[in-house]
Amino acid sequence: MNNQPKKLAQTAETVIEIEGLYVTFGDNEVLKGVDLMLHRGENLVVLGRSGSGKSVLIKVIVGLLRPDQGRVVVLGQDVIASNDTELDQLRLKVGFSFQSSALYDSMTVRENLEFPLVRNVRNLSRADINRAVEEALDDVGLKQAINQVPSELSGGQRKRIGIARTLMLKPEIMLYDEPTAGLDPITCTEINNLINDVQERRGASSIIITHDLTCAKEVGDRVAMLFDGQFQRVGTFDEVFATDDKRVQQFYHYNFTE
Amino acid sequence: MPPPSTNAPKIVITPRIDRMLLSLYDVAAFVGRFFREVLLPPYEGREVIRQCYEVGVRSLPLISLTGFITGIVFTNQSRPSLSQFGATSWLPSLVSIALVRAIGPLVTALIAAGRVGSNIGAELSSMRVTEQIDAMEVSATKPFKFLVVTRVTATTLMIPVLTMYAISVGLLGAFLNVNSNEATSYRSFISEVFGTITFLDIFSSLTKSVVFGFTIGMVGCYQGYNSSKGTEGVGKAANAAVVTSMFLVFIEELFSLQIVNAIRSFQ
Repeated sequence: MNNQPKKLAQTAETVIEIEGLYVTFGDNEVLKGVDLMLHRGENLVVLGRSGSGKSVLIKVIVGLLRPDQGRVVVLGQDVIASNDTELDQLRLKVGFSFQSSALYDSMTVRENLEFPLVRNVRNLSRADINRAVEEALDDVGLKQAINQVPSELSGGQRKRIGIARTLMLKPEIMLYDEPTAGLDPITCTEINNLINDVQERRGASSIIITHDLTCAKEVGDRVAMLFDGQFQRVGTFDEVFATDDKRVQQFYHYNFTE
Repeated sequence: MPPPSTNAPKIVITPRIDRMLLSLYDVAAFVGRFFREVLLPPYEGREVIRQCYEVGVRSLPLISLTGFITGIVFTNQSRPSLSQFGATSWLPSLVSIALVRAIGPLVTALIAAGRVGSNIGAELSSMRVTEQIDAMEVSATKPFKFLVVTRVTATTLMIPVLTMYAISVGLLGAFLNVNSNEATSYRSFISEVFGTITFLDIFSSLTKSVVFGFTIGMVGCYQGYNSSKGTEGVGKAANAAVVTSMFLVFIEELFSLQIVNAIRSFQ
């Protein structure tokens, strides 16, 4: 395991800017005035307890959920003020990797990967599509799975295919929802390496939602801890955990001291 | 003090009436969105054909069996009443009118509600639960168009075709029954059938089949697409798709009967 936290990405350009974000479900206030900035080329890890609103946050970023109040600007575009067409244009630049992988189970791996491409990019030849699919599968090391259906894949393979499908549109921003949840340590390391690879080779900026501190340490340039609907601590991995806050310490000790 | 939630429904009348009005609004918005998106490109021709195959061809065995048996049973059950008046020769006319005007469209719609409606409800609901619909949404692939518009178009196109097929198979069953009991010839049976049914019968039968098909597709898609999270939601969506579409089919049958009777009274 790499024990050295990653260095902060050296770019000042902001690709995601969130101000005063409030989200409520019935009487349950999930996000209570969240502020956040993601810089170009940066991997930002969002940590927090289950149900703390981490996934809600990234769903708001892609317009899957509408907040009660706040400002969300992604690549210079105000998400909340965007209409459906504008949102679709923005979504082409933002990849979303789901916790459940969300592979289309009636399609093969090839069809899953082709789906966003053929429906969003016009005038592609069959050779172009095949090349793109093979490259994406090569990137995630699963070329042999091309004709399999999702039910024949392991959890880790499904995660990697899910990420490969997201990468088909070459997004500028990647949002990962619990990328290592439920996976064994070796597969977790493979996924972490893949996330770093996406950052380094494709220059993507990413938000990684997790409660896996090993993942946070290996992939995060910055870490933000979400408690009580707000980011309580933001900084490098070491900065965030250099505190006496009991909740933060509980998080750390559960992962590293046992 | 946190800002008020814009997501929470505001109580205007009573919570129960509010919920009902919101549901009606949701249904109207869903149907409106279908009509808006069905007209706008891109058109999902290949997926519509695939869905037509799923709805039409895959329903053929069940429709064949039920249509055939319905024809035989209806003829058999009608015979004693007609024979009391020595009018068994009217059997082809009676059966054809019953099959074309009511039994054919109704039986086809009920079978389709059970087979196709539940299938659509369960499939879309399971896609919703496993975030597949969200995945389509965030990759800008317009899931409503790909999943809902194609399925509703397919049911609207294929249920009338299946209805005509069910009527034909029902008439075949009726002919075999009449032929074996009254020794009526094929030529005489056909001549009786087409001498009885009118253009209005066929036209009204086709029109209401289109409405039934649209209803079954729309209800299945609405229940599945808006399903609540969790595996329980999948079962509920499939069940609600069947029950609601069957209920609506009967209501529509009643309305169409009134309309056709009104047209007949003008003729």
